[in-house]
Amino acid sequence: MATTPRIIVVGGGLAGLSSVIKIAEAGGKVDLFSIVPVKRSHSVCAQGGINAAKNLKGEGDDVLKHFDDTVYGGDFLANQTPIKNMTAMGPAIIDLLDRMGVPFNRTPEGLLDFRRFGGTLYHRTAFAGATTGQQLLYALDEQVRRHESEGKVTKYEGWEFLSAVLDDNGVCRGISAMDLRSMEVRTFPADAIILCTGGIGAIFGKSTNSVVCTGSAQAALYQQGAYYANGEFIQVHPTAIPGEDKLRLMSESARGEGGRVWVPRDKNDKRVAKSIPEGERWYFLEEWYPKYGNLVPRDVATRAIHKIVYEHGMGIDGQPMVYLDLTHIDRATLNRKLEGILEIYEKFVGDDPRDVPMKIFPGMHYTMGGLWVDFNQMTNIPGVFAAGEADYSIHGANRLGANSLLSCIYGGFVAGPNAMNYAKALPAQAGDGGHSAEFSRQTQLNQQLLSSTGSENPFKLWRELGDTMTRHATIIRYNAGLAEADAKIVELQSRYKNLNLSDKSQWANTSFAFARQLANMLELSRVVVQGAACRDESRGAHYKPDFPERNDAQFLKTTKVSYVDHAPRIEWEDVDISHIQPRPRNYAATA
Amino acid sequence: MATATLPTPTTTAAAQRTGTRTIKVEIKRQATPDAAARTEKFEIPYRPGMNITSVLGEIAAEPITADGRETTAIAYDANCLEEICGSCAMLINGKARMACSALVDKLREGDEPITLAPLSKFPVVRDLAVDRSVLFQNLKAVKAWVPIDGSYELGPAPRQFPQIQEQRYPLSNCISCTICMEVCPQFNDSTNFVGAATIAQVKLFNMDPSGAVLKEERLRALAGDGGVQECGMAQNCVAACPKQLPLIEAISDVSRDVVFQQVKDLFAR
Repeated sequence: MATTPRIIVVGGGLAGLSSVIKIAEAGGKVDLFSIVPVKRSHSVCAQGGINAAKNLKGEGDDVLKHFDDTVYGGDFLANQTPIKNMTAMGPAIIDLLDRMGVPFNRTPEGLLDFRRFGGTLYHRTAFAGATTGQQLLYALDEQVRRHESEGKVTKYEGWEFLSAVLDDNGVCRGISAMDLRSMEVRTFPADAIILCTGGIGAIFGKSTNSVVCTGSAQAALYQQGAYYANGEFIQVHPTAIPGEDKLRLMSESARGEGGRVWVPRDKNDKRVAKSIPEGERWYFLEEWYPKYGNLVPRDVATRAIHKIVYEHGMGIDGQPMVYLDLTHIDRATLNRKLEGILEIYEKFVGDDPRDVPMKIFPGMHYTMGGLWVDFNQMTNIPGVFAAGEADYSIHGANRLGANSLLSCIYGGFVAGPNAMNYAKALPAQAGDGGHSAEFSRQTQLNQQLLSSTGSENPFKLWRELGDTMTRHATIIRYNAGLAEADAKIVELQSRYKNLNLSDKSQWANTSFAFARQLANMLELSRVVVQGAACRDESRGAHYKPDFPERNDAQFLKTTKVSYVDHAPRIEWEDVDISHIQPRPRNYAATA
Repeated sequence: MATATLPTPTTTAAAQRTGTRTIKVEIKRQATPDAAARTEKFEIPYRPGMNITSVLGEIAAEPITADGRETTAIAYDANCLEEICGSCAMLINGKARMACSALVDKLREGDEPITLAPLSKFPVVRDLAVDRSVLFQNLKAVKAWVPIDGSYELGPAPRQFPQIQEQRYPLSNCISCTICMEVCPQFNDSTNFVGAATIAQVKLFNMDPSGAVLKEERLRALAGDGGVQECGMAQNCVAACPKQLPLIEAISDVSRDVVFQQVKDLFAR
């Protein structure tokens, strides 16, 4: 038994930092690994807010309503017990963040203000302007910096996780990682590790995700025997700003504060948006979904916009874009509640959304699937835990807006203490616990890559991957297209063997680090595509026109994928529906 | 004349071959912290809406200089690409700013190349990537946190009027990009000045009802050498800050508090 448990946390976003805080408080030693300085993690990009049923608006909200909205929003695919626990913990998490000094917006009485978000009829979302993720991450970063100054946490910023170190019994004994400056590979001992490495947006080329969101760490563990679950569930956010290098998120809070989505009723209408009279605008979400209006869940809004553009041919100026309009709201309110996102639009598009309706289109945004974990956040590899967007729990087939920040913190708060308990009961390792074997496996992989003398550029292969994944595995899926995508990925994998690294130096070599990630991204892409191919139904964000209905008899199951003979092998697991009986999901209903 | 500011198409041998417009970029490069710096020139296909990070991505996919020589991808820090993570600060046409929000159409003047260089006041790691960890060290020194009792349930925080939140929130928008330090004439080895970002965080935490418990310690940390009195009021920081933090106001508020604390400490001896 380890006297002072030593835990490695990989990833310094909300989930990672939450688990670090819990471990440090409980007397454990933490080594925190992150590709970027943790304060620059992708959690900063979250905008709109964090959900918790505090019921401060006299609406009769409660945590069980939040629970039901989340289960229903996820189309009943998520295990219900963890959701019940998370929503129950929500109000306490908000209070804690408030105590840490998060500058949440306030009511005149000095209480927390709440706004509405998609998939609920209650004001349940606490917010700090429109930069809530940034504010929450900073609060946790500050607490971790405090623990760091007290010697409880050691940060390894600028180090990339390569793999878990597993002993002869398949039990985790640490990690291997690479210093992104010196390119040195090392293994680090740990009694348990927690993977909090976020989403996998990069496999779609352009998405709302940050550069580091490649899924490389999850993919490495999957190749080492971890199950990857529900990989086919990818959230395409209805309102993103199309860009040359990425799709920039335009928060759901814009609609939560009254923003309206519309197109001109006449597809040939060339007038400036503001000069088009009310009667000649088609507020199609409000018309199709009178009860929820612009605040239907994201998968529903995304398919509606897709339909307007590609079935009705009514995108603005024939382009794949619709209006998201805030111009009817007064400037002072917009500045107080949404300034952060309005500035993003202003800086990157050049128009002021207080004066001109924004032009938006759906973009890949969130990874509902992830590493399979039990209710203690442990994967099927003993000693490997996961939390946050990197794990598959909570969100099922579709995540509700403002539930991600909550699930990150909840996941970290569960994973941290459970990793400590696990570590305390862990028998001592035999021999070196697999460290030298893993070290030589990783250094060999690096040598192979550095000695490759082919002609393929990794960044170009990545672009081809992104194009294929976006075309075949986002809003609309057909089995023929998915088969084409899988064949394309296999082709890219064979071309990868013919890689040409223009840079073979051993100092801050970004092409080399990227090439290593790319190999993992390709493996994970097959998991997404094959999971989608096998699921012949439509559920939440997974939509097949050839199978337009949800099919509970056959597919009320978690997709579990393991890596067998260098390819995905799919199996199914029953979903925990112990609290709420599945019912049809219909946001168009008026009652 | 209005058209003068529009990007002008350039025609070069490469562009004539492919029939596309190109943009010229000159990048200051350095292979290691100790290596000599050199400049490489690139000419890459133009697309509307490009920003500097997409220009650098283009070079990574086609690492060939303007004179046709094979080279390596440029090393630089970037993550969110929407000016919220604070990673991609660099000198663009000589000015310290974020590369993701630097749009090519607004940078180009005629056929002049766009120049890129690393921030000048931080140690170069490689090419455009620099080591800015000094800021995080500074934040540790001033205890930029609220010393909560624990993360367990302790009920709600004290109530806070919206007016307080509205003063704290802008300070909490600091993305740690270090541009305020880069442009500050006082931020150099001889003063050891902590810089505006750290001072603004001191104000932020001193304003928090619970964070204020460490107010005196923070003010003492900013007294003396390298502290707030090193500010020469050049006001470059507030002009350059990409998030428009009220830095000058923060510095003058914290200066006043530091002096007050020093006087208080003097009489308490």
